[in-house]
Amino acid sequence: MEVKKRLKILIAKPGLDGHDRGAKVVAQALKEAGMEVVYSGLHRTIDQIVNMAIQEDVDVVGLSIMSGAHIPITQKLIQKMQERGISDKLVFVGGVIPTRDIQKLKDMGVAGVFPGGTPLSETIAFLQSVAKKG
Amino acid sequence: MAVARYIKDEKDRILDVILESGIHVKPVYTPKDLEGVGFSYEKDLADPGQYPYTRGIHPLGYRSRAWTTRQYTGFGTPQETNERFKLMISHGQTGLNVAFDLPTQMGYDSDDSMAEGEVGRVGMAVDTLRDFEIAFKDIRLDKIGSGLTINAVASIMLAMYQAVAEKYGYDPKVISATPQNDILKEMIGRGAWIFPVEPAVKLVGDTIEYSMKVLPRTNPVSVCGYHIRESGATPAQEIACAILIANAYIDNVIARGHDVDDFVGRFSFNLNVFGNMWEQIAKFRAARKLWARNLKEKYGVKKPENLFLRGLFGGGGYGLTKAQPENNIMRGAYYALVAALSGAQTTALCSYDEAYTIPTPHSALISLRTLQILMDEMGLRDTVDPLAGSYFIETLTKEMEHKIEEEMERINKFGGIIKAVSEGYIQRLVARQAYEVEKGLESGELLKVGVNIYKEGESMEVELHEYNWESAEKQIESLRAVKRERSQKDVTRTLKDLEVATKEGKNVMPYLVECCKAYVTVGEMTNIFRQIFGEFNEPSLF
Repeated sequence: MEVKKRLKILIAKPGLDGHDRGAKVVAQALKEAGMEVVYSGLHRTIDQIVNMAIQEDVDVVGLSIMSGAHIPITQKLIQKMQERGISDKLVFVGGVIPTRDIQKLKDMGVAGVFPGGTPLSETIAFLQSVAKKG
Repeated sequence: MAVARYIKDEKDRILDVILESGIHVKPVYTPKDLEGVGFSYEKDLADPGQYPYTRGIHPLGYRSRAWTTRQYTGFGTPQETNERFKLMISHGQTGLNVAFDLPTQMGYDSDDSMAEGEVGRVGMAVDTLRDFEIAFKDIRLDKIGSGLTINAVASIMLAMYQAVAEKYGYDPKVISATPQNDILKEMIGRGAWIFPVEPAVKLVGDTIEYSMKVLPRTNPVSVCGYHIRESGATPAQEIACAILIANAYIDNVIARGHDVDDFVGRFSFNLNVFGNMWEQIAKFRAARKLWARNLKEKYGVKKPENLFLRGLFGGGGYGLTKAQPENNIMRGAYYALVAALSGAQTTALCSYDEAYTIPTPHSALISLRTLQILMDEMGLRDTVDPLAGSYFIETLTKEMEHKIEEEMERINKFGGIIKAVSEGYIQRLVARQAYEVEKGLESGELLKVGVNIYKEGESMEVELHEYNWESAEKQIESLRAVKRERSQKDVTRTLKDLEVATKEGKNVMPYLVECCKAYVTVGEMTNIFRQIFGEFNEPSLF
């Protein structure tokens, strides 16, 4: 019988922003929804995040960014993931994200964008649908 | 426990109200309730300006002086920040509250690779004294006080403030800075920490000790329950943590042989106003009383004015919503009302667009006007502590006092605030509560207008503050120019002196001032500390 794989997710706080209420809330919600969650801790560089994603062999990387620097940070991450040959892993982004930037992030290859105020159920449902496809 | 709850019947009648701090609110309060909690006017309240200061720290409250308005301001280059400061002052703002960008808060220069994309983004970039010279140009530093929202490198920024004041001809004795300088709360919420707990607290102690002698009008530490509450703490935990954190700083300075009466009068507090309004009002009144009692009974503070809890009550960022942002203007007005009814000395509001961006001049002005309307139109200056004597408020204030004491006891039982922060005990607690609140919003147990009720209608477009990449480049160019022009000999000498002093455990403040005057960069000074102190090892929570 095929064993259903448990989705493994890295919730990461890139850069210098230390506001982590949202990241920790999402981490707890995904855990309670049955996913395996690794939390990066604060002030991670993109290299550290990519290394963690490889070492922990996660399926999905979730970035939490509150400072407004989501465009350059996400760009860097996606580029680095390509360089390291892990662009098969999905990326989603949460934080203070203005509506007009959602499409920009998706154009870069981000699978889902969940600005502050998004119901947890929406984020969970998105990841569950990802798990099914995988 | 962390989630406020309403128990209702099928007809929407309220059967029970449970506040975030766990207190049950009754439908009706009478003199019997005051008897029940053992209320005594003399012991629990006393007149305003009298111990235990529940009713406020000044006998005449806002009659003698309205609150100071201190909107959080700063972005981009020091030049842009200087223009915004002047604009806010011309609109009647009475104090500055300087926002620094993340690289500055974390001790990186604008040309550091860690700073990329963040220079000038959420605040002003500061690399050297040159930046302060521009930012504070034509600002009367003897007349206007400046909050400096910086923590891990607050010692450096306070030294920089003294250096710029002296450069502009002010005696350090007349300038009034309020660096936030509360590193323990950064480790619980907000996250702008660098060094491990022990040296980080020692740096706070250095600024307090130094200010006593050199900067007597400076308030060297602003203890922040605010961010702990933003991170998920209940109002009772907010105050419990704030008092215990303040005590940790006091202990550091007393251990150096100083008399607590010589410095504690300059402590101030930064506390949060969102949430159930009665609970917040009771919280602020109980906080004043507990702080005064803590100082008098635990530390033997003698001078009455040193027992004052002087506070900035404001903000309430977590209470604001991304949905229907214009509603945040109304929320801000209610928060300001709560702050005024609670006797805040200083106030500031988060602006309605902060779930999207840093405030535009327009939204910042709405916040300022909200505060001015309260003081000048609504009669909030008429009489002190207008809610005193209410059966409900006085009962609730007593109950809140006990809840705060319980929370302090809980942390002390764990081994004290330093251990609780170092090991992530409080962080785990507030993260769990933040999650419970989110679940409450999701289930509809907690009501939030525009979020889970009354969601109909269009949301206005928010005008976004644009990040200016050119500003960042200008900042880096300006840093390079300073590095070319400064005396390398002075830089090397002052940095060496700082290194030796740091290794010897001396008070680093005089050495930092010398570094600043030699145009040593924030990054260069911070690196000395990083090399000697190392970095905080964040406790893992999951």
